[in-house]
Amino acid sequence: MKEFIIRNLSVKYSDDNESLRNVSIEIEARAITVLFGPAGGGKSTFLRVLNRLNDLADLKEMKGEVLFQDQNILDPQTDVINLRRKIGMVFSRPVPLPLSIYDNVAYGLVMAGEHDREKLDEGVEKALKQAFLWDEVHDRLKDSAYSLSGGQQQRVCLARVLALEPQVILLDEPTSALDPIVTANIEEMLRELKKQYTIIIAPHNVQQAARVADYAAFFLMGELIEYGSGIDLFTVPKDQRTSDYVTGRFG
Amino acid sequence: MSSTVMGKAKTLQRIGFSLLGLITTLTVIPIIGLVLYIVVKGAPAISWEFLSAMPTNGMREGGILPAIIGTLYLTLGTAVFAVPLGVLAGIYLAEYAKESLLTRLIRIAIINLAGIPSVVYGLFGLGLFVLFLKMGTSILAASLTLSIMTLPTIISTTEEALRSVPNSFRVVSTSLGASKWQTVRRITLPQALPGIVTGVILGVERAAGETAPILFTGATFFLPQLPHSPLDATMALPYHIFIISTQIPGMPVQIQYGTVVVLLVFVLGMNLIATLIRNRARKNRQW
Repeated sequence: MKEFIIRNLSVKYSDDNESLRNVSIEIEARAITVLFGPAGGGKSTFLRVLNRLNDLADLKEMKGEVLFQDQNILDPQTDVINLRRKIGMVFSRPVPLPLSIYDNVAYGLVMAGEHDREKLDEGVEKALKQAFLWDEVHDRLKDSAYSLSGGQQQRVCLARVLALEPQVILLDEPTSALDPIVTANIEEMLRELKKQYTIIIAPHNVQQAARVADYAAFFLMGELIEYGSGIDLFTVPKDQRTSDYVTGRFG
Repeated sequence: MSSTVMGKAKTLQRIGFSLLGLITTLTVIPIIGLVLYIVVKGAPAISWEFLSAMPTNGMREGGILPAIIGTLYLTLGTAVFAVPLGVLAGIYLAEYAKESLLTRLIRIAIINLAGIPSVVYGLFGLGLFVLFLKMGTSILAASLTLSIMTLPTIISTTEEALRSVPNSFRVVSTSLGASKWQTVRRITLPQALPGIVTGVILGVERAAGETAPILFTGATFFLPQLPHSPLDATMALPYHIFIISTQIPGMPVQIQYGTVVVLLVFVLGMNLIATLIRNRARKNRQW
């Protein structure tokens, strides 16, 4: 089953930097799709199109078609707030909101109008358990999220996305600020989560891309060069540029 | 050779730093001197009676209660008009307005408004509020005049305080399905609040100490009683100081300085509160 069907997507920023050029791709549901390639290739921009977070950036042009649940989400009529509740995002640096751990995780639910204390408690506990954080923080939920370590903060960020029970989770270099052990834990978590969620991740290096990919897409300077199963891309890439990048000839 | 060059450089540096330190200390002396001079000359006049009684004998004796109350009313009146307007305008400029010719013009206007001499505000208030809108010389007209003078400070400190909140909070909040207003209300505004409060206090405090804007719009020479309504004129500390220093022959110097001490304590007290709020917020800030 396809989660996203994207046709001829092009994005240009106001400073005339073209960020995506004519990208067409179909993304599988309940699998991990990896976007990789050198910096500035358009991975972040691509992720931010999918939940329309690009609306906050200085865009000049965004054209093409992004079908999600049979709706073109680039349509100006799209209810972007509702869309973002279905398509959550984890960023490269952990950015806890300046609130308690509990309020961070409950934030999305409260913004969606949930005020029933019991339901919030339940949602927070469930999300923290999914993010393997519950055991570490259950007795100090009222503490500031900034009292946690970097790895814990990033799991709070993941938990607050999971609390909304989204369909898709976007991760933009989620482990770039974390040490290898925490990184391994998060990768393990993603493998668990893909049973329920569609995961699209821009990892921070090729090794991580190869470790987690079910499907992989190689982006180079705004273009989608190659797309296929992870095994194919990392072992028998068809395009010379993909091969050069995977084998470390540039990047 | 190089060691002597190094030694010379070090000596020069020491002399330089000492000079800078000396000059920095010099700038503090006038402020401390001013406060000390006024307190020494004025403190003997301060008593409960001075603060709580009406002036008597052509203001040469008795207290300054009506001037104190008047300044309190004017300060409150200014806050009532200027704070909501200024804070909302600051929120709009920082969070909602897109960069355009219009917002650039608004910003230029605000900066220039802040530079206009206060007597010009006084004349403007006389023309608009006192005469055209027929408010007469009144607390209302004076408060509105002071509000207009204070608005630029409040608007720009509000805008600045909001802009100092990291943009990543807005992005994260938006990505979690919060609307723009929810993001402002839940995240950016609470984080900017100490900065906004500080700006508000400093702006209103300036209004409390001004003479020129209330000269034609609400201040009066002498009142035998306290004002009853916002449409009454009022005595006020800064204007009262001007009157007793220039207009009344045989005025005891002690009362002049005593009145200055009261105004100074009022203004510096507000300043202190603003500083305390800012320091506390800095200490509690997590990002």
